[in-house]
Amino acid sequence: MTAPLLEVDDLRTRFLTPRGPMVAVDGVSLTLAAGETLGIVGESGSGKSVLGRTIMGLITNGPTTTVTGAVRVDGADIHQLTPQGRRALWGTKIAMVFQDPMTSLNPTKRVGTHLSESLRFHRGLSRGAARTRAVELLKLVGIPEPERRAGQYPHELSGGMRQRVVIAMALACDPKLLIADEPTTALDVTVQKQILDLLQSLAERLQMATILISHDLGTVSGRTDRVAVMYAGRVVESGETRDVFAQPRHPYSGALIESIPRLDAASHSLLPAIVGQPPNMLNPPSGCRFAPRCAFAQDRCRTETPALVDDVACHFPLTQALEVHA
Amino acid sequence: MVLVLLIVSLGVFALVALLPGDPAVAILGEGHPASTYDDLRTELGLNDPMLTRYADWLGGALTGDLGRSVVPPRSDVSDRVVSALPVSVEIAVLGLLIALLVAVPLAMWSAYHEDGVLDRMISAGTFAVLSVPGFLAGLLLIMVFVNALDWFPRSEWVRISDGDLLGNLHHAFLPALTVALVELAMFTRVLRSDLIVTLREDYILAARAKGMPPLRILFTDALRPSSFSLVTLLGLSLGRLIGSTVIVEYLFSLPGMGSLVVNAANQGDFPMVQGAVLVIAVIYVLINAGIDLSYGYLDPRTRKAHV
Amino acid sequence: MSETALLPAAPEAPAVPAARGRSARVLVLSIAGLVASVAMILLSASPDYFVTTLRLVVAAAGVALMVVSGSALGRQLFGPAFDLSFWFSVAWLLLLGLAVTFAPWLPFGEHLDVANSLDQPINASPDPFSANPLGTNLFGLDLLARSVYGARSSLVIAVTAVVIGTVIGGAIGMVAGYFQKSVDRVVGIFTNSLLAVPPLILLIALATVLEPRIRNIAFALSLLTIPGMVRLARATTMLYAPREFVVAARALGATRVRILFRELLPNVLLPIVSLAIVMISILIVAEASLSFLGLGIEPPEPTWGNMIAEGEGTVFEDHPHIVLVPGTFLFLTVFAFNLVGEKARRRWDPRSVKL
Repeated sequence: MTAPLLEVDDLRTRFLTPRGPMVAVDGVSLTLAAGETLGIVGESGSGKSVLGRTIMGLITNGPTTTVTGAVRVDGADIHQLTPQGRRALWGTKIAMVFQDPMTSLNPTKRVGTHLSESLRFHRGLSRGAARTRAVELLKLVGIPEPERRAGQYPHELSGGMRQRVVIAMALACDPKLLIADEPTTALDVTVQKQILDLLQSLAERLQMATILISHDLGTVSGRTDRVAVMYAGRVVESGETRDVFAQPRHPYSGALIESIPRLDAASHSLLPAIVGQPPNMLNPPSGCRFAPRCAFAQDRCRTETPALVDDVACHFPLTQALEVHA
Repeated sequence: MVLVLLIVSLGVFALVALLPGDPAVAILGEGHPASTYDDLRTELGLNDPMLTRYADWLGGALTGDLGRSVVPPRSDVSDRVVSALPVSVEIAVLGLLIALLVAVPLAMWSAYHEDGVLDRMISAGTFAVLSVPGFLAGLLLIMVFVNALDWFPRSEWVRISDGDLLGNLHHAFLPALTVALVELAMFTRVLRSDLIVTLREDYILAARAKGMPPLRILFTDALRPSSFSLVTLLGLSLGRLIGSTVIVEYLFSLPGMGSLVVNAANQGDFPMVQGAVLVIAVIYVLINAGIDLSYGYLDPRTRKAHV
Repeated sequence: MSETALLPAAPEAPAVPAARGRSARVLVLSIAGLVASVAMILLSASPDYFVTTLRLVVAAAGVALMVVSGSALGRQLFGPAFDLSFWFSVAWLLLLGLAVTFAPWLPFGEHLDVANSLDQPINASPDPFSANPLGTNLFGLDLLARSVYGARSSLVIAVTAVVIGTVIGGAIGMVAGYFQKSVDRVVGIFTNSLLAVPPLILLIALATVLEPRIRNIAFALSLLTIPGMVRLARATTMLYAPREFVVAARALGATRVRILFRELLPNVLLPIVSLAIVMISILIVAEASLSFLGLGIEPPEPTWGNMIAEGEGTVFEDHPHIVLVPGTFLFLTVFAFNLVGEKARRRWDPRSVKL
C-alpha cells in the first residue's frame, strides 16, 4: 500500500488569548491518499477552519500559538520545517481556497496577475508564458472570455467568477493537495453548486487530493470519498461518506443529518435542530464534550472522555438508523 | 477652486491694507512736507478706492506683474518671488524625499513586526519626535552638527544655478533634515497603521498561501492599497511643510519665500507680502487638486467602471 | 417527533477567572530600579562631579531605567493595562496646572524684573540644590520661575484659542452639517479659503497687523482651529442627523434649535473635545514658534518660545541649559497633551484615524 499523501497525527493547536489558553484543535488524526476527497464537517467554533490552516501550516508555532503533533505531507512534517521550507510547499504542493472571494483577491491587481505571479515565482516562467498559462487556467475553471477577464480587476467580476479565479490561483502550480475552507459559503445558492461541481471535476481530472471543509452537510454528501465530523475541536466520527450518511454512529452526526431540512416533510412540521450551544472552548466541559446536548448522554459520558475507537468517539454509539420524523 | 483663490486674494489684500503705519512715510522717511507724501501715495495708488486697487492688483497678477516693492531698492515683486521660490521649493522637496525614504521602510518593518520590541520603540520615537516643535529640533540639530561637529554650514546659500550642486546640497541638507523630521514621524505612524490593517486582509493571507515571500507581499500587495493615506497625508503635510520651511529659513538664514514674507511683513512692504502670499496660496491649491487626481490612479475602483 | 428536540439545554459555561501574574520578585526589582534611577538623575544634575558628556549619558540611562522600572511597577500594582506614559502625562499636566495657578505664592526666583535679580548669578547652570534649581538666564532671571510663568502664557493663549475655535467652529460645523445645501456650500468655501493659506503664513500675516498681545495672539490662533472644528462638527452631525432619535424628535414637534442642542450636541461634543485636546498642543507649538520668530509675546515677558530664542547664537554653545530648560518644558507639555488627546480621540471619536 502506498504511503498516504497526508498524515495528520494527534494534532493539537493551542492559542494564548487574553482570557486564557484555548485549544482549538484537540488531538485530531487523519490520513488522506492521493486523489482522495475528504470532507470535514462541523459547526462554527468546531475548529475545522483552524484545522485546515494548521494542516496547511499557515497556523504554526509562534509567540501565542503552540502546535503539537505532526502533519506529514509526503513524509515531511510541515511544522518542523523552516518558514522558507513551508513557503516552498505553499502553492506548489499544497494550496488553499478561502471562503470569501470578495476579499481573497487584491483589488489593485489584475486578475491575470494574480495567476501569473505564482507561475513566474514558483515555476520561473517568462512573462508571456505565464500570461498564456494564466488564460489557460481561467478557461480550466470555466470562465468565459478568459483573455478579456485576465486583464480586468477583481471588482469587475461577479462573486462566482471571483471564486473561480481563486480556485485557478490555487491550481496554478499543480498542487497535490487542495484545502478548500468553506469555498461556497459566501456565494449564492445557485452558484454554490457550480463551484462545488467544478472542484469535484478538477479533483478528478488532476488527480488532486482535496479537503473540503464546510458547516453544511449537503456540501460534502455525494462529493467526498470520506468524511470526518468535528465537534469542539475533536473528530467525533469519520468514515466513508456513504456509510456515515446512511448509518451515523455518533449522536452528533446523527443529529446533524437529522437537521437537514427535507422536501418531503409534512408542511408546518418543526424544523429539527440541535438544542443548545457549542461549548466555550476556553473552558470545555469534562468528559464527552457533546454530552450536554446529547439525548443519549449517561453519567459515564459526563466524566469519561470517549476515545476514538473504530472511527467513532462515543461510549454508546448508535446502532440503528434514527427514526426520521415520527 | 477659483472662487477659493479669489477669496484668499481678497483676504490677503484686505489684511495687508490694515497694516499700521503709512507706507509713504516708511519709504521717504520723516520730515518731508505733507504734499510729498500725498504725491507718493497717489503714485502708489493708495488714495484710490479699495475695490479699484484690488482689481488693478489682481489684473496685474494674472499677467505676471505683482507690482513693486515699496521698500528701497524698489525691486519687482515677481523678480524677488521668482528668485526666492526655488530655495523654498528645494528645501521642501528635499525634506519630503528624506522623510519618504526613511518612513516607508520604517513603517513596513514596523507593520510586519507588529508589537515587536523594535516596533514599539519606533512608535515611541515617532510620537516623541512629533512632540518636538520644528524650531527646537532645528536648534538641536544645529547644536550637534554645526557647532559641535562642524559638518554642515549654517548660513549663506549656494545656488544650483551657480553650477555648484554639491555645495548647494551641503547647505541644503541640514535645513531639509529639520523639515523632514516631523513629516517622517507622521508618515511612519500613518503608513504603519494603514499597513497593519491591510496586512490583515484576506488577500494577504491568500498571497501567503500561494507561497509568496513576505518582502514581496509587503511591496506588491500591501503597499499599493496603503498608499492612499500616504497620498492624503502628503497633501495634508503641505501646509505644515510650508510653515516648517519658514522657520527653517529663519534658523539657517536662507533666502527663500519664508524669509521674504517675514522680512517684508516686518518692513511693512505690502505689495511684497500680497504677492508672495498669493503665490504660496496658488501653489498650495494646485497641489491639493493634483493629489485628488492621483487617487484615481492608485485605486482602480475609483476609476470609471468599464464593465 | 425527533429525538433531538428533547435534548436538554446546554449548561452555562463557567466564567474564566482573570489571570493575575503577581510576582514579588518583579515588584522588588522595579522599586529598586526606580530608586536607582532617581539617584542617577540627581547625580547627573550636579555640575561639580562629572564631565558634561558623562553626565548626559548617566542622565539618559537614569531616565530609561526609570521608565522601565516605573512601567513594571505600575503593571504589578494596577494590572497589565497600566500605561506609564499616560499617567505620567496626566501627572505632568496636573503639576504644571497647579504650578501655574499658584505661581505668585510659590517660592520661585525672580522671573521678570531684572532689577530684582541683580544679585543673582547670570547664566548659571542648573543645580537642584541651589536657589536657582534650573539655572538663570543672561539677566540673572530664574529659569524655573520663567518656565512656569511661560507655561502660564502659553496655556492661557492655547486654551483660550481652542475654546473660541471649538465654540465657533463647532457651532458653524453643526449648522452646516444639519441644514446642508446652500449653508453648507458657503461654509465650505470659507473653510477652504481659510485652509488655502498655510497656517504659519497666516499667523505671520496676522501678527504683523496686530499688536503682540495675548488677546490678539489667541484670536489669531483660534483662526487655525476653526476649519478643523468645522469639519469635524459637520461630519459628526451628518453622521447622527439621519438617525432615528433625531427623526423622532422632529416628529414630536421639536424646533430645529432644540434638536441641535438637545439631540445632536451631546453626540458631537465628545469627538470635538478630544480634537480640542490635541489642538491645544498644536497651538502651544504655534505660539512658541511665533514667539521664537519674534512675532509673538515679547521679552522680558516669558514664554517658552522667546526663552528658547534667547539661546540663539553663541550663547547656546556655552550655556545649553538656556535652551534646554524651556525646551524640555515645551516638549513634555506638548507630549502630554498629545498623549492624552490621542487616548481621548480613540475613545470618543467614532471616525478617528489611528495616528
